[in-house]
Amino acid sequence: MAEMTYREALRRALDEELARDPDVFLMGEEIGRFEGSYKVTAGLWAKYGGKRVRETPIAEEGFMGAGIGAAMLGLRPVVEIMTINFIVPAMDMVVNHAAKVRSMFGGKVGVPMVIRTPGGAGAQLTAQHSQSLEAWFAHVPGLKVVAPSNPWDAYCMLKTAIRDDDPVLFIENLVLYNLSGEVPEEGTDITVPFGLAAVAREGTDLTIIAHSYTVRRALNVADRFAQEGISVEVIDLRSLRPLDIDTCIASVKKTTRALVAEEGWSTYGIGAEVAARLHRACFDDLDAPVERVGGAEAPMPYAKNLENAALAQEDKIAAAARRLLADCGLLEEA
Amino acid sequence: MAKTDKAEAVRALEPEHALTLLRQMLLIRRFEERAEEQYTRARIGGYCHLAIGEEAANVGSIDPMVEKDYVFTSYRDHGTALAVGSDPAAVMAELFGRATGVSGGYGGSMHLMDVERHFLGGWGIVGAHLPIAVGAALALDYRDESGAVLCQLGDGATNTGAFHEALNLAVVWKLPIVFQVINNQYGMGTSVEQASAEPEIYRRAAAYRMHGERVDGNDVEDVWFAADRLLRVARDERKPALLETLTYRHRGHSVADAGKVYRTPDEIEAWKQRDPIARYAAVLLDRGVLSEVDFEALRKEVSQQVSEAISEAASAPVPDPDGLYTHVYAPGWEDQFAHMKQAGPFGEREGTAQWRK
Repeated sequence: MAEMTYREALRRALDEELARDPDVFLMGEEIGRFEGSYKVTAGLWAKYGGKRVRETPIAEEGFMGAGIGAAMLGLRPVVEIMTINFIVPAMDMVVNHAAKVRSMFGGKVGVPMVIRTPGGAGAQLTAQHSQSLEAWFAHVPGLKVVAPSNPWDAYCMLKTAIRDDDPVLFIENLVLYNLSGEVPEEGTDITVPFGLAAVAREGTDLTIIAHSYTVRRALNVADRFAQEGISVEVIDLRSLRPLDIDTCIASVKKTTRALVAEEGWSTYGIGAEVAARLHRACFDDLDAPVERVGGAEAPMPYAKNLENAALAQEDKIAAAARRLLADCGLLEEA
Repeated sequence: MAKTDKAEAVRALEPEHALTLLRQMLLIRRFEERAEEQYTRARIGGYCHLAIGEEAANVGSIDPMVEKDYVFTSYRDHGTALAVGSDPAAVMAELFGRATGVSGGYGGSMHLMDVERHFLGGWGIVGAHLPIAVGAALALDYRDESGAVLCQLGDGATNTGAFHEALNLAVVWKLPIVFQVINNQYGMGTSVEQASAEPEIYRRAAAYRMHGERVDGNDVEDVWFAADRLLRVARDERKPALLETLTYRHRGHSVADAGKVYRTPDEIEAWKQRDPIARYAAVLLDRGVLSEVDFEALRKEVSQQVSEAISEAASAPVPDPDGLYTHVYAPGWEDQFAHMKQAGPFGEREGTAQWRK
């Protein structure tokens, strides 16, 4: 098995797709000579040139729209938005346009476009650069939203996204870029289909459901509880729309307890959706109401201690899990 | 009027060509009049934005398009569809919400499209289709194709951020695109003077070192020669341009707006005196290209054509309700969403029958 970082896995997928299909091209701010704000596209401009790796002005609405128009004519643009915070000026393009084109014109034309963008927080980037906004997009029919948590899925799902015929929002994460892990051997061309969650760790007492970087946190929380004899199952959603609720349901029917964790705000969030569906599907199986954990519902502050207090980090997830397990009589109150 | 080519002033289109343009304008006029009537009879729903008065601006810019060109426009798009040659019955059927409509009944008045004729949409968010049209021009350039994009927009769109981002991208990327501002003097009920710091809209192109010019949008040949020239430059030299065609909508913003609160009767009347169709008919009569008898025959012919379009639309089937989700995603989406589905295709519940299952 090959091993590389999440960043390198993304770069390899982009490189291979650029080589495979002449209709695939990249577009975004600083992705060429600058090699990407987070260096995901390093080396690709030098290898493929400015036509395939197109540097754009700081004009998110403009170049997002250009991606849509190019996709309508059959190209497969991969648009990089430097961080998800900067997608907000392009919301109109994503929500009112990319998501609508196929249906609004009666299926005559589609938008085979990928929007790659990292979310997440934790480096004191403060209120305007620390958000996780994927729930906004997962709300919208016509969009697909995926959020891989490891290099294998990052590599395989980016390939799936580029080959998909609909607009896909591909959520990366600032902290995950340096995470190392296995990826498929070169030349295997494995893709991971959308709409399938993964059981990241098997367990019997509690299910923690998460996506993107929060999966790593959930796995660490599971390690902690294992030391106390509590067996935690971790579900990695991988794909938010389509959502694989069946895998979550199967897990919760087994463990009878569930907690949904995310970096974004809980209110109206991914966890809200998952919890609602679990309550419906597992009403008679649940030992306690589904618990939710998210980031503090305040614009992210700068000071390190305040930021730590705001993040949906391991201690916060563990505390919520402990409370839930205590309610069910599996643990003493903390 | 900026940089008007003097040679164009004395040029005239060939008689057959001229009559084709006149017929197209008459068809749009009649179509719009009947659409207005059908709307008031509640056979057309939603919004219905009519292009009565703007026929020359539409026909004059679209006619010079060649096979590989594409056109985008706003929600005032009936005239654009008819000008590219879409079947009037299919356009009317779309307004009626029928399965035989150009967008299958999913789009309605604002979202017409005819991919075969390279008409890529009527778009409903003011100014937002400009970056998308830029993307189409980018695709032509990427594939080294010879075509250009004609992107029609209203005067109101020139105050949006998307307008400025689109013009900037078109120039820095050297794309084959002509932005045609169909300046009908009002964005809904707000006049250009009230809304725009530079009311001579063509001048705004200068901020991007883009060629900009204004022509009489009620003179179909003026529009034709300018659009033809600018589309050629876009195709051959990869130089974008902004063409402002000054015109007027005789009706309100939509059928629901009488258009009389923010405009004086004198102003409306003055513009009706400059009606693009009556003017062109007079020119062609004067040139001896058209006779009164021919003109009357043309009017009857398009009137008949629109009547037939209405009959056809009225008797066409409505879309199949089972198709509600058909085009939300590309074919094959059901497999991807299989594990989301608990009741509806995306897991939404239509009832609670399975609640305790």
